[in-house]
Amino acid sequence: MSTVEMTIPRAAVAPPMGVNRLFAAGAPDLASHLARFGPAPLGLTPGQLLGELEASGLDGRGGAGFATWRKLAAARTSAGPTAYSAPVVIANGAEGEPMSAKDEILLRHAPHLVLDGLLLAAAVTGAREVHLYSGPVQLASVRRAIAERSDARGVILHEAPDYFVSGEASAVVSAIETGVAIPRDRRVRLAVSGLGGRPTVVSNVETLAHVALVARFGAAWFRSVGTDDSPGTRLLTVSGDAVDRKVIEATGGLPLAEALGAVGIDTSRLRAVLVGGYHGAWVPASDLWVRLSNRELEPYGTRPGAGILVALGEQHCGLAASVGIARYLAAQSARQCGPCVNGLPAMAEVLARLAAGGGSARLPDEVRRLAAVVTGRGACRHPDGTARFVLSTLEAFESDVRAHLAGYCEVTHP
Amino acid sequence: MTRQSLHIDWTACDGRGLCTELLGPLLVRDEWGYPRAAGYGSDVPIPGSFVADARDAVALCPRLALSLQEVRTPARS
Repeated sequence: MSTVEMTIPRAAVAPPMGVNRLFAAGAPDLASHLARFGPAPLGLTPGQLLGELEASGLDGRGGAGFATWRKLAAARTSAGPTAYSAPVVIANGAEGEPMSAKDEILLRHAPHLVLDGLLLAAAVTGAREVHLYSGPVQLASVRRAIAERSDARGVILHEAPDYFVSGEASAVVSAIETGVAIPRDRRVRLAVSGLGGRPTVVSNVETLAHVALVARFGAAWFRSVGTDDSPGTRLLTVSGDAVDRKVIEATGGLPLAEALGAVGIDTSRLRAVLVGGYHGAWVPASDLWVRLSNRELEPYGTRPGAGILVALGEQHCGLAASVGIARYLAAQSARQCGPCVNGLPAMAEVLARLAAGGGSARLPDEVRRLAAVVTGRGACRHPDGTARFVLSTLEAFESDVRAHLAGYCEVTHP
Repeated sequence: MTRQSLHIDWTACDGRGLCTELLGPLLVRDEWGYPRAAGYGSDVPIPGSFVADARDAVALCPRLALSLQEVRTPARS
């Protein structure tokens, strides 16, 4: 227990207490940032910081949820001796998910924390080149922040286009290399060979902001809120019928009902909640006690992911809502990979026939078959995520699927 | 122990079908003509008896969408 205090030098300022961490500075400028958090401890050895990150349990906040220390350690291990083989770190704030707003809010309100995390990640991997990739509004905020300090002048900024797959890790690398943000075929992991063939870390901006806090205040502080399997805090973007994308910082492992209640959603009048965004899964309204942790969400086929919650009011048909999302996802294919280009529209249209009511009893099986056909067969995980979402629709609204096959709807035509 | 694995670059493949002729029934065509191996996605393990045909498929793919990779398999106890 005492090893934490020994490996991390004591921070110059008191750590934030409670759940308000990432926005604790209260303003985006450098003076507020330094007054609240103190300077970033750039003197930590790679071993110290990696050890602290491992003990913290911090995982990626862009969706995949990969252990942060492992990602950084992999790039460090793959580093070669020359500038041409030195690692590259890319802060990813593209946030192509239309129901997510947390990365934009973070970059606008706490850009210095993200920059600190980016520089710490560069130091720990031995990177000689650092990039930040996000939408134009966020970039303006980051540019202002960089102008306030001398150590971040080398950060190269890139504007991310606003579509669903533009933030996928290989699309980010493509965007920086070629200016075209589409996923690419990968035979080896980006941590081994990414940008220009160099070991590359693509890390979500929220993840980097947490790195900046763990480096200052340590793993034990990070874990002092949240649960064992979902430690620390995480940003959530919560929306519902009357609530448009509210961003909150929440303790890890918060029950769904509490996260929804925190933004004023009436949890007694819901049909379901989409957890993890459009590549996530529906959790029925009967299960709102479920916590936002990998363990509790696993039975539903999703994860906290990028922290996206979308509440579906009780007056909406879950199947009709899902058809809209499935069609959107089909249209967001980068149109490179045959199974995705052909399979996603086919899957969405079979779901639409099912939702229209009175169709063949074989439609659900046809949806499942198409989901299996597309899964794993693309340069990126867009087909997999879309298939997972569509399968969760059949599960979460199982009784309504039967109702629709019988020609009625539990919600709109009971 | 190592074995060969056939990697499909979906961004290059346009479903010409040559590989499915050389490597059937390991690879079959899906309903749009793209190669599919039961239970696998972009990386298809190739049994020893198929390795020569897989090399031909890599060499003959008109879209250069295929590659063979050696993968280490963990030793089974």
